[in-house]
Amino acid sequence: MSRKILGPFNRVEGDLAVNLTLENGRVAQAQVTSPLYRGFERALVGRPLADALVVVPRICGICSVSQSVAAVRLMQALSGARPAANGERVMNIVHACENLADHLTHFYLFFAPDLAHADYAGQPWHADWAARLASGGPAARQWLAARATLLRIVGLLAGRWPHTLALQAGGVTRTVDAAERLRLLGWLAEVRRFVEITLLGLPIDAMLAIDHPDQLERLRAAGGDSGRWLRAADALGFAQLGRAHDHFLAFAAYGCDGEHPWPAGVWRDGAAQALNLRRIQEDVSHSWYENAPARHPAEGDTRPNPHKHGAYSWNKAPRIDGLPAETGALARQLLAGQGCLRALVAAHGGSVLTRVLARQFEAAWLLAAIERWLRELDLAAPFIAAAPHDAVDGCAAGLTEAARGALGHWATVEHGQITRYQIIAPTSWNFSPRDAHGMPGPLETALQGVADHELSVQHVVRSFDPCMVCTVH
Amino acid sequence: MKTLVWLGAGGCGGCSMSLLTAEAPDCLTALELAGIELLWHPSLSALGGAQLLAMLDAMEAGAQTLDILCVEGALLTAFAGQCQTLGGGEPMAARVGRLARVARHVVAVGGCAAFGGVGAADDAGIGGRGLQFDGETPGGLLGASFVAASGLPVVNVAGCPTHPGWVLDTLALLAADALPASGLDSLQRPRFYADRLVHHGCPRNEFYEFKATAHALGQQGCLIEHLGCRGTLAHADCNIRPWHGASSCLKGGFSCIDCTAPDFAAAHRQPLTTPRLAGLPTILPSDMPKAWFVALSALSKSATPARLRHNAQSERLDIAPTPPTGKRR
Repeated sequence: MSRKILGPFNRVEGDLAVNLTLENGRVAQAQVTSPLYRGFERALVGRPLADALVVVPRICGICSVSQSVAAVRLMQALSGARPAANGERVMNIVHACENLADHLTHFYLFFAPDLAHADYAGQPWHADWAARLASGGPAARQWLAARATLLRIVGLLAGRWPHTLALQAGGVTRTVDAAERLRLLGWLAEVRRFVEITLLGLPIDAMLAIDHPDQLERLRAAGGDSGRWLRAADALGFAQLGRAHDHFLAFAAYGCDGEHPWPAGVWRDGAAQALNLRRIQEDVSHSWYENAPARHPAEGDTRPNPHKHGAYSWNKAPRIDGLPAETGALARQLLAGQGCLRALVAAHGGSVLTRVLARQFEAAWLLAAIERWLRELDLAAPFIAAAPHDAVDGCAAGLTEAARGALGHWATVEHGQITRYQIIAPTSWNFSPRDAHGMPGPLETALQGVADHELSVQHVVRSFDPCMVCTVH
Repeated sequence: MKTLVWLGAGGCGGCSMSLLTAEAPDCLTALELAGIELLWHPSLSALGGAQLLAMLDAMEAGAQTLDILCVEGALLTAFAGQCQTLGGGEPMAARVGRLARVARHVVAVGGCAAFGGVGAADDAGIGGRGLQFDGETPGGLLGASFVAASGLPVVNVAGCPTHPGWVLDTLALLAADALPASGLDSLQRPRFYADRLVHHGCPRNEFYEFKATAHALGQQGCLIEHLGCRGTLAHADCNIRPWHGASSCLKGGFSCIDCTAPDFAAAHRQPLTTPRLAGLPTILPSDMPKAWFVALSALSKSATPARLRHNAQSERLDIAPTPPTGKRR
């Protein structure tokens, strides 16, 4: 038995260390450490609720809009504000652009370069991959250009990315006219061409029609980067690498006119189940916080204690129904009924393959959805509704889906001032430390049994697309 | 080639994410053009963690050259630095302190690394410090008297986030040793962008001229009187060098919150609210006598065209300027 600490990690948003116990050339046990604490939950206490719109996007530079959306949803829940329908559509567009940008940034900048590593030289797929998808290679540059075009859409609608104040409880601050909509659709068409020609090699409708693992042959044969990736994934056994608990969680997202195209729920024992938000708790037994019983975030607090015996992360351990849960694109796609992913998960569970593939299905879905919302804008109608001016007291939650999964803000407001603000980010779930029962978090479980090969460990870690700057409490 | 190491300290990573939005050329091409070799960036590098630590050790020992050290995020000092560690439990702030003393240039990317940023708020309890400032007070992690090997103090590319052009231009100038100390303002921000005000080039300038005011977000008028816009005070060229090719906060419909200033996120700032003293907004241009401002405002308001008065409180420009009629002289 030996021990090994991996970290600092490259190409991860924020800081991460993984402590491995090795036995017979495999990982026997993993401890995942979030080594950064930034005190946001405490800094928000005592401030007016409106300040949250300035503060919370700055939790995270890569899911900034998702943080804003969660705060807006929280304000709407507290005040009863009904946003203008156009405001909801624009908020969805801006949010979807960020999530799409994050998915492909993950693929091209964070995940792909590991497969270009010299350890894989000589494998039949490697030379082609390394020439095209290595760090800073031609594919990364093509993506950076497409990404900049995609974020032009966010720029026009929300001023800039990251860190906008355009998203408000009543809607959005920017009104769009007919000429601007044409410009937005033009930029979107350029991004669509990148996704269809460069990434998928298939029209997005053809991608969305893939409903069974056998039909992935279409993607393998298509000549896009997704096909290249599938060939490498087949060779490296990604379908059976990195299984966690097969217990998935998603919140509802992209609400518009009361409809949620992505449903909230829990995926357990191979089936969708209702999500009971009251059953969420955060455990701090192995986290650098003062000991306290596991509590619902509406009753939680954040009292740091960096000297606590037995603790090993600044992340807390969120649990639903007492269990750890995996969240992200795969969870959303399972709950939304994506047949191919449901079949793959039924066969081998959540894996490096299914996590990455889920983002590519979602990229196709997001593109279609952005276009639909743009066309549905009623250019003569308001984009923002008057929000109640007076601060409203009470306790509420603001829930949404960031690229990496379920994001929740829970706050209590008294006399217009925030008295409690608790945030559970997607990576809080995925990279959770152990709880009071010693139950490891999803990544900790997914690493068990993985070969003592640094790249294999990295593939599993990165398959979750960690965003460590969100886990900083 | 000039070597560059970019470390992510206590921040959100948003300045890096913004950097990646650089267009024509993209940020990788811009760095190549500037003759900069990016030895480490947390979002871009293929180098592993152990190799990174070995490289940083070699730089500290003088065995490898470090031309430019970029730090993004505040230096966290609470709990003896344990709120952020880099490799084996050592505080990130300690590593940054040692590297700054061997680097030819030291750059704070973003308001957090420059001034402590959102992490500087006392109530966060993380002891967030800037590299050479604590808020607007000189000091910070490296101390007020720090100068890098180049002779320059820390270059503060302030902003939350930073515009990719501010960062890339700063790095290119430094790589060419073409940024003199006189090119920095009193907060050590590069003057090529910080000598401008957000007000310059504001798309709402006509509303400002006539004090035609928006009363709620979403309306087209000037945002100073009721919605806390700090554009006339904020040092940045956002409306001259747009974001994403064509945008800015004002163009996105919301007020400037002066995010290049040290205390922009502090609790007393009350975003989107206009602070007043004796009924008068206190966020007026700083180098204009208040009495004159009031007098001119009254005069302007008395001359406001009905078109502007109406459009200022509308979501759209309902009334167009009247085209000239009849004979032109």
